[in-house]
Amino acid sequence: MKFTEEHEWLREEDGVIVVGITEHASEQLGDIVFVELPEVGTEVTKDDEIIVIESVKAASDILAPIDGVIVEVNEALADEPSKVNEDAIGDGWFFKIKASDPSQMDDYMDEAAYQTFIA
Amino acid sequence: MSESLRQTPLTALNAELGGKMVGFAGYEMPVQFPLGVMKEHLHTRARAGLFDVSHMGQVIVRHADGYSGAAAAMETLVPVNLLGLGDKRQRYGFFTNDAGGIMDDLMIAHRGDEMFVVVNAACKADDIAHMRAGLEGCEIEEITDRALLALQGPAAEAVLEPIAPGCDIMKFMDVGLFSSDYGVLWISRSGYTGEDGYEISVHATHAEALARALLAHDDVEPIGLGARDSLRLEAGLCLYGNDIDIATSPVEAALTWAIQKVRRTGGERAGGFPGAARILHELDNGATRKRVGLRPDGRAPMREGTELFAEAEGGEAIGHITSGAFGPTIQGPMSMGYVSIDMAASGTRIFGEVRGKRHPVQVADMPFTPATFKR
Repeated sequence: MKFTEEHEWLREEDGVIVVGITEHASEQLGDIVFVELPEVGTEVTKDDEIIVIESVKAASDILAPIDGVIVEVNEALADEPSKVNEDAIGDGWFFKIKASDPSQMDDYMDEAAYQTFIA
Repeated sequence: MSESLRQTPLTALNAELGGKMVGFAGYEMPVQFPLGVMKEHLHTRARAGLFDVSHMGQVIVRHADGYSGAAAAMETLVPVNLLGLGDKRQRYGFFTNDAGGIMDDLMIAHRGDEMFVVVNAACKADDIAHMRAGLEGCEIEEITDRALLALQGPAAEAVLEPIAPGCDIMKFMDVGLFSSDYGVLWISRSGYTGEDGYEISVHATHAEALARALLAHDDVEPIGLGARDSLRLEAGLCLYGNDIDIATSPVEAALTWAIQKVRRTGGERAGGFPGAARILHELDNGATRKRVGLRPDGRAPMREGTELFAEAEGGEAIGHITSGAFGPTIQGPMSMGYVSIDMAASGTRIFGEVRGKRHPVQVADMPFTPATFKR
């Protein structure tokens, strides 16, 4: 699993990359009440704003961590956005992306580096 | 935390309880506790929440003629019937300016021989200067050695009664002084959450002990400013600086209920407050815009600053949102804002522009949750 400075996690699974936000980020955001997900099939470029998260405090943008095509989104978040708070790195995932250049992952932190980053 | 932030008598306790401290109106205040905004909100509606509101200004107004002298003077600054306010009763009001705008909203209490006033933290220095300049023959004492706690929710009465015996028979907007183990408590049966509850002024030396005694009760949790904001918005209550300010008149702000008949055209003491010409004119003829409740479709909140439109595409903005959040009790988004008067009827469908896209939103009655005051 890799981590970005934007507090996203990326996990390779069956040839696609699953993306979500870290527990630390979900704690900082507070109770999440709405997640606006991208449409399946959308082609995204690294650093595009592709998701909006609304928490009880504010709206936050989530950036595409990598170039590629969105192949699946977590539809369950439409009715239960609180899954992001309850299980950020599991049931609270956001989308799966088919990466056009998986080597972009190499720039990101491993878990130990991320823990140091947020410490 | 910036050195320049002021502390309240409960700042240390708030931090000890895990409060996430932020700067608010110049004070170091807890925005939330470990429970989190959503659960703090729901807990307050289900049981009871304890809020530190010591940043607010507490002021005593004295006059040689006692309360009536202070009330007569204060009526020159607020469009409220204060001479008709009963002993040990409190009333909501606002300072208006010469243009008919709102300088601050406040609570005004009749304490027998004197008047007690609670004003917003961010405005208190200006308010006190305004009272000192405008209240003829009055002595204005800012109370700086007392904390202010709010205990809100259906369990509040049962929690406070053993500490302040007799507070259970108070009705909404009653005030009283109560002897207790924590010194004399200045209690009002009021608050700003839409729930039954109390605001309790306590001497700083006893504030932490009183807060700990209240928190020792199973039904009581500490609540931060985040939930205070969502609670007051669900209750349809204005936040000064967001929903009302010097650019909004009380009629535009739909606060006409706070201007009693005796201060209106034809009343015994009509006018006589700053901005009366405009405010009385608007009371008689209506304003061109009005503060309304708004319920966006779906789950996405429409926040402060969102522009409102009559149509899904094109046209000029017909208003804007001044407060918006997700309502934990109503489990949906809620906002309040100003719309042109022809769009202000409850049920009117309009559109709010969020991130470049217009989404449907309906004008709705407030409060969004029914108030549970003890009348």
